[in-house]
Amino acid sequence: MKLHTTDVLIIGGGLAGLRTAIATRRRGLETAILSLVPAKRSHSAAAQGGMQASLGNAMKGQGDNEDVHFEDTVRGSDWGCDQRVARMFAHMAPKAARELAAWGVPWSRVRRGVHEAVMGGQPVLLTERDAAHGLIHARDFGGTKKWRTCYTSDGAGHAMLYTVSDRAVAEAIPVLERQEAIALIHDGFRCHGAVVRDLVTGELSAHLARATVIATGGYGRLYGVSTNALINQGMGAALALETGVARLGNMEAVQFHPTAIVPAGILVTEGCRGDGGVLRDADGHRFMPDYEPEKKDLASRDVVSRRMAEHMNRGKGAASPYGDHLWLDITMLGRAHIEKNLREVRDICHYFLGLDPTRDWIPVRPTQHYSMGGVHTDFRGESTTLSGLFACGEAACWDLHGFNRLGGNSLAETMVAGMLVGEYVADYCQSDLGELDLSPSLAREFVAREQAALAALAAGRGAEDATLIRRRMEEIMTRQVGLFRNGPDLEAAVTELQTLLERAQRLGMRHHGLDANPELVAAYRLPRMLKVALAITLGALVRTESRGAHFRDDHPARNDRDWLNRTLAWWPEGGCAPSLEHDPLDVMQMELPPAFRGYGVKNLIEHPEAAARQAQVDEMHAAKLDRHAAQSYLMSFKHFLPERYRGRNERLDEPLPGVAPASLPALSDDRQGAGKDAGATS
Amino acid sequence: MSRSLRFHVFRHNPRDAASAPSMQTYTLEETPGMTLFIALTRIREEHDPGLNFDFVCRAGVCGSCAMVINGRPGLACRTLTTALPDDVTLLPLPGFELIGDLSVHTGKWMHGLAQRLQTWVHTAGETDLDRIEAAMDPDLADAIYELDRCIECGCCIAACGTAQTRPDFMGAAGMNKVARFRLDPRDVRDDADWYEVVGDDSGVFGCMTLLGCQDVCPKQLSLQTQLAWLRRAMARQGVRG
Repeated sequence: MKLHTTDVLIIGGGLAGLRTAIATRRRGLETAILSLVPAKRSHSAAAQGGMQASLGNAMKGQGDNEDVHFEDTVRGSDWGCDQRVARMFAHMAPKAARELAAWGVPWSRVRRGVHEAVMGGQPVLLTERDAAHGLIHARDFGGTKKWRTCYTSDGAGHAMLYTVSDRAVAEAIPVLERQEAIALIHDGFRCHGAVVRDLVTGELSAHLARATVIATGGYGRLYGVSTNALINQGMGAALALETGVARLGNMEAVQFHPTAIVPAGILVTEGCRGDGGVLRDADGHRFMPDYEPEKKDLASRDVVSRRMAEHMNRGKGAASPYGDHLWLDITMLGRAHIEKNLREVRDICHYFLGLDPTRDWIPVRPTQHYSMGGVHTDFRGESTTLSGLFACGEAACWDLHGFNRLGGNSLAETMVAGMLVGEYVADYCQSDLGELDLSPSLAREFVAREQAALAALAAGRGAEDATLIRRRMEEIMTRQVGLFRNGPDLEAAVTELQTLLERAQRLGMRHHGLDANPELVAAYRLPRMLKVALAITLGALVRTESRGAHFRDDHPARNDRDWLNRTLAWWPEGGCAPSLEHDPLDVMQMELPPAFRGYGVKNLIEHPEAAARQAQVDEMHAAKLDRHAAQSYLMSFKHFLPERYRGRNERLDEPLPGVAPASLPALSDDRQGAGKDAGATS
Repeated sequence: MSRSLRFHVFRHNPRDAASAPSMQTYTLEETPGMTLFIALTRIREEHDPGLNFDFVCRAGVCGSCAMVINGRPGLACRTLTTALPDDVTLLPLPGFELIGDLSVHTGKWMHGLAQRLQTWVHTAGETDLDRIEAAMDPDLADAIYELDRCIECGCCIAACGTAQTRPDFMGAAGMNKVARFRLDPRDVRDDADWYEVVGDDSGVFGCMTLLGCQDVCPKQLSLQTQLAWLRRAMARQGVRG
């Protein structure tokens, strides 16, 4: 058996995993990353619109700060998030955007003077101030009070991933490509690393580590149509689930994005609407203002997606061979804007739909997009039940997004979580708890178990077909665990998924090889996917309320009285279904007490303590303290942050106390001389 | 009336001594909106679950699925079968280590390139993350992003005469990266530094100006322009010494 040891083992080479690795490496820890694909091919690359950070540079971002970002995030989550984590996040996001700027991300910059723009389909004039010229720009996104989403055209994920991935190369962090963790090595209390399969040779090895970090992204591919990359099959969640010890959080919280193209399911960014585009129905009518007069097309994603489905159910969808859809109209943004800031959208329309979005409307439909649920951790990113196991990014539920994530908060989360969790992982490794506990016999036992399971699977001569079972699972998840859910459908789904899980043990294989054999990969991932699907479905069945993206036709009210809590799921050893428990959120600790989110009609069963907490909060605000002081009294959080990240964020409108305002040295024209050929920009 | 498409696919497992490179033909009925991603997935699911190929994003952004499609390197995921004749020949990208069938190690090659060219911004000193970021000219930021759009798919290397004859040639992908960091005012490297890295036949002087790279780049990067400017700057630097 090949045995590797390292201080930190990171599973997943996307933005969250890479940034975590950079943090632990910089703390002097030996760090290795496992990745299914070359790091730059990770799904982070597909993020288009941008990352939220309250820099407040652009005119429409003026007055923005951590408080506003925090409130938007909590409201967006439908009060399902951990407010302490949301606070830490809002505080860190500007630092993350600035770090990326220093590392080389070519953020779009503010240009001084008057500009034509489009808001809600209508032309407007915006004037940018001189002082902001050349600072990081921001665009509008759904569910936010300010323009806060930093961007590079519509390739923000690509630009960030390439910068951070190359930064990891600079720090000599090994990324082991085409390596898949197939089991965590643990003793029931502590995680010691993972059993890893080489996807090219099929060879198994053991990687032992002080700390293991799951950063594998979401579980969108459990659904038949998803914007997610093909590798987002929930294997990180499955790794945790199969320990029988680690918990998954809020797995039923699954986001559907309003604008994926029909039929391919490829995302076109929320930036289309942020930049002024609108949704239209079969008659060409702009329908969102009828439902949501205030936020219109830029309501929270869960709201827009449901409104679209409702509108189609009323017969207003445009018919197509692939079922009904609606239209996204960005024609009024003009060719120049689309070719500069929405060029991926233009390419996607051109290559996959054969249309030109500067002239034609884009066929769109709500489609599975994001996993709010994931490996449950505390605010440090560590599992609450399995020491030494950490998780971050979309794979984790720490829990920033609650039941609905805001656009632009995902890219921001990958960086912030990497910066923070990386430090906490390093703290853990450098503490007594994190001593490397080398147990080759435990490793051997786990490798032998996996080897035997794979050999049995590869030899399989059963009657079942993995492709058919997977397709059925995708159909169940789409139809019965989708945008609208109800008790009987969910119950039937649980029963059938359990049957599929049983059937998945009796697969017939055409290729019996143990090396680069895609049939074998599909076969061993299938039961893992089904287990994760069961955790989602059971969570959705038990949660008899509607919150954020989890909507129950039979329980349409948000019920804070009974369900202001987090669903925790784990898979008991030898069981045939996950077990669930519910971890309450403490209203009396909240900085923003639960309230009506402001979409549609108010349908809310209030928490008995909400009014009392609101009174305390109102009293604090009435005292008219400085905003930092008020915040600190209500829900102090800075002491949880690593010391290096506790400083306030400077803004044009908010100079740092006792520090001269930034003089803004321009990184521009004068450097373009000798070495920088101006012609090379053409 | 739908067409019957014949896919002639390269098959080989380089780790199996018994495997000899061969072509295998699969026949599929064309469906509306069919891409090579859909076709190859169907071949794997319905005909041959052991067929190796790479797709990740299937949306034309991750660069995983480049292959030679009827003689021309391109991204399979966004190639519609309607643009192809009834016979479609699929080969792995040449110039990269073969994993099996249509799957090659472009990632490993590109990682080597990142190490060799040190494709990260070289700065002096730490940045204070609490302070307002340094300003950058908006046009310059846009110009850097323009060059930053390479997805490392490997098409330009597969289409390059020099890269196919000398394995140490960094290709248009490499040159474009040099151009990107050379343009970036955050990077302290100057032309004397760049000359050390690309000022020979494995770099900018190895280019034979065939410009297949420009023809096949799926992101339409201005590779021809970048090569020309870089060669001029390096020649100047070489003369200057």
